[in-house]
Amino acid sequence: MLPHYWPTLVTGDPLIYGADASIGLVSIAIVFVLTYYKKWGWLWREWLTTVDHKKIGILYLIAALLMLFRGGVDALLMRTQLSRPNLHFLAADHYDQIFTTHGTIMILFVAMPLIFAMFNIVVPLQIGARDVAYPYLNAISFWMFFFGALLLNISFVIGGSPDAGWVSYAPLTENQFDHGPGENFYIMALQITGIGSMATGINFIITILRMRAPGMTLMRMPLFTWSALAASIVVIYAFPALTVALGLLLIDRVAGAHFFSMDHGGNPMMYANLFWIWGHPEVYIVILPAFGVLNEVFPAFSGKRIFGYSTMVASFMAITILSFLLWAHHFFTMGAGPGVNAFFALASMAIGIPTGVKVFNWMFTMYRGRVRMPMPMRWAVGFIPNFVVGGATGVMLATAPGDYQYHNSYFLIAHFHQVLIGGTIYGMFAGMYFWWPKMFGFLLEERIGRLAFWLWNVGFYVTFFPQYLLGLMGMTRRIYTYPAGMGWSSLNLLSTVGAVIMGLGFLFIVWNILYSVMHRSELRDVTGDPWNARSLEWSLPSPAPHYNFAVIPTITRRDEWWEIKKYGRTEDYRPQPGEIQDIHMPNNSGRPFLFSVAFFVVGLGFVFEWYAVVILGFAGVLAIMLHRSQEVDDGHQIPADEIRHEEIALGRL
Amino acid sequence: MSSHAATHGGHQESGNGHGGGFTPVERRFPWLHVVGYVLSLLLTVLAFLAVLHHWLSGNPLVTVIMVLAVLQIVVQLFFFMHFTEGHGPKYHILALGFALFFTVAFVGGSIWIMSFGDTQAY
Repeated sequence: MLPHYWPTLVTGDPLIYGADASIGLVSIAIVFVLTYYKKWGWLWREWLTTVDHKKIGILYLIAALLMLFRGGVDALLMRTQLSRPNLHFLAADHYDQIFTTHGTIMILFVAMPLIFAMFNIVVPLQIGARDVAYPYLNAISFWMFFFGALLLNISFVIGGSPDAGWVSYAPLTENQFDHGPGENFYIMALQITGIGSMATGINFIITILRMRAPGMTLMRMPLFTWSALAASIVVIYAFPALTVALGLLLIDRVAGAHFFSMDHGGNPMMYANLFWIWGHPEVYIVILPAFGVLNEVFPAFSGKRIFGYSTMVASFMAITILSFLLWAHHFFTMGAGPGVNAFFALASMAIGIPTGVKVFNWMFTMYRGRVRMPMPMRWAVGFIPNFVVGGATGVMLATAPGDYQYHNSYFLIAHFHQVLIGGTIYGMFAGMYFWWPKMFGFLLEERIGRLAFWLWNVGFYVTFFPQYLLGLMGMTRRIYTYPAGMGWSSLNLLSTVGAVIMGLGFLFIVWNILYSVMHRSELRDVTGDPWNARSLEWSLPSPAPHYNFAVIPTITRRDEWWEIKKYGRTEDYRPQPGEIQDIHMPNNSGRPFLFSVAFFVVGLGFVFEWYAVVILGFAGVLAIMLHRSQEVDDGHQIPADEIRHEEIALGRL
Repeated sequence: MSSHAATHGGHQESGNGHGGGFTPVERRFPWLHVVGYVLSLLLTVLAFLAVLHHWLSGNPLVTVIMVLAVLQIVVQLFFFMHFTEGHGPKYHILALGFALFFTVAFVGGSIWIMSFGDTQAY
């Protein structure tokens, strides 16, 4: 029997059939290449079953860049549609789907995996650990994220994308208004990926608190690790609110409950409230690690220690707490009264203080330093004006009476793109260029990188500054077209031109990566410390060996590696043959991958309300958990001799 | 964190002799888990029935559900989360302090924000 929404599966839209065909062809090509070069075993052994934090970090990074492409194409489609008045390049319902997937993908499947990529690649190396606390759980986190992202992306070709905005506010998302599988895709994709995010948060809190090298007290930790700790704390306390909101919404949709409906005592505003209890901390989750990257990049390229280490730590912790206390500023216009709005307006402005402390500290770090400007530093310096403007417009939006004017206008759009792109993405690109040699053993080429940076930076301002003006002129978000004669046309065209320049910037970053891969022998980093940087990961060869540290170092001060270099003791710092002992490492496992496939099946079942499939998927989840619980897995030992051989091959013994 | 966690992937601990599965004493039938499971189900069913059969309404209902929720937290912490076990610094006390603060902020804040309909027109 065909389901009731069968017509949505066979749409007749040529764009969707085109996507079907191209996805099919790409899949066949991938299968063919893997089979032809006999790479299936390699893929399974080296990547799909890995529990190595460095490889999981690389997987996150690749997935994030692919999703950035998808989200960026969405953005360009929208900007094309809005470039001139009265265009019908996209139909209204198609435009709705595209702004929904653009927002959802950029936050959940670009910003989140970028920060998790940096956590995974950097944190264990910075604190002198051999892996994260729970490597098996770490693999589960990645694959849950991956299959969540896959679930959202296939919605485009089967069943229809969600179309109620990335916030998916009830009652619009209730069954009576938004029938069909689109919103179910959104709910299930976010639930599945949310499990992974929760697990990552727990994993990194435990890793940072429990697995630091001897002598590394909390106040000797590098500041990126502090930012990872702060963001992980926000993750574990914020994500449950999203899980609850989406869980209740799913029950409303598939079981006919009335948590958020407008009748039978439902309260749709409660959905907005729960969503933003997660949603506001979420933006701090993705900006805190960007701050952390800058805290590493500015000292490294200024040749100075960070200005005000302890105020940086204090401001991280202040932001962590405050970020939970200002969610209602997303819905001042709900009209909760002057008491509520005044409290949340003041709390929102208060968070500008610790953030301002950071900006001043970065500038004082550069002040009278020996400033160099390679690629990571460019993105970091580009970050500052962006974030200051984004922060200032944020304070404007936080003024509750003013917000009644700006609310849901393009002023808001420009503001949050300014802090999310100018903040998170700039910070993460700084981190990507900075730690790329530590991941892969070669640097990214400078010349193309600079072009990419300038295209991106110019494109950014050309795209978003007109949007501030458009917002003040009354253009609201989520309109798919507008009449001529509003005075919006030229600014919209300018904004679209900027978006195209940013798109070119992205292509230059891809070119930069491909070019550097092809010329990696010239760009190879043989020192392990190409930037003359300060923290422990730069004491290792690039890329770091799979066991990270042959001998776990003992830490005596902040910026340990910098001090060691200053006193010319780097030779002493290498492992001595007698010190090397057997190293205990975790075993690879295919179960995290299969576990997430089972969850993907559960997700598909709920999306189409095929309960047999849901039960099948949950049976798979249960079977894998039972299998795991019966397993005695003590990991494996790498013999000391093997490590001596590897260290000799790396030229360190 | 605890001996329980060691078997789930705290690979660093199995190197020095006390990882690698439960000791025979701990292999007894897990009564604590069963009791906890039954209690947690019972607390949920009670809350559900209170609403379904309109045993109470308004503020008394909200109060009863909140009390049941707090009991649920206690059950989870003691029967499943091994709250009383562990070694090293008491980070979990700090974590629970945070959780308590945020829970009060979220629940209290939500009630405050959502109760505007009673006091003013909008």
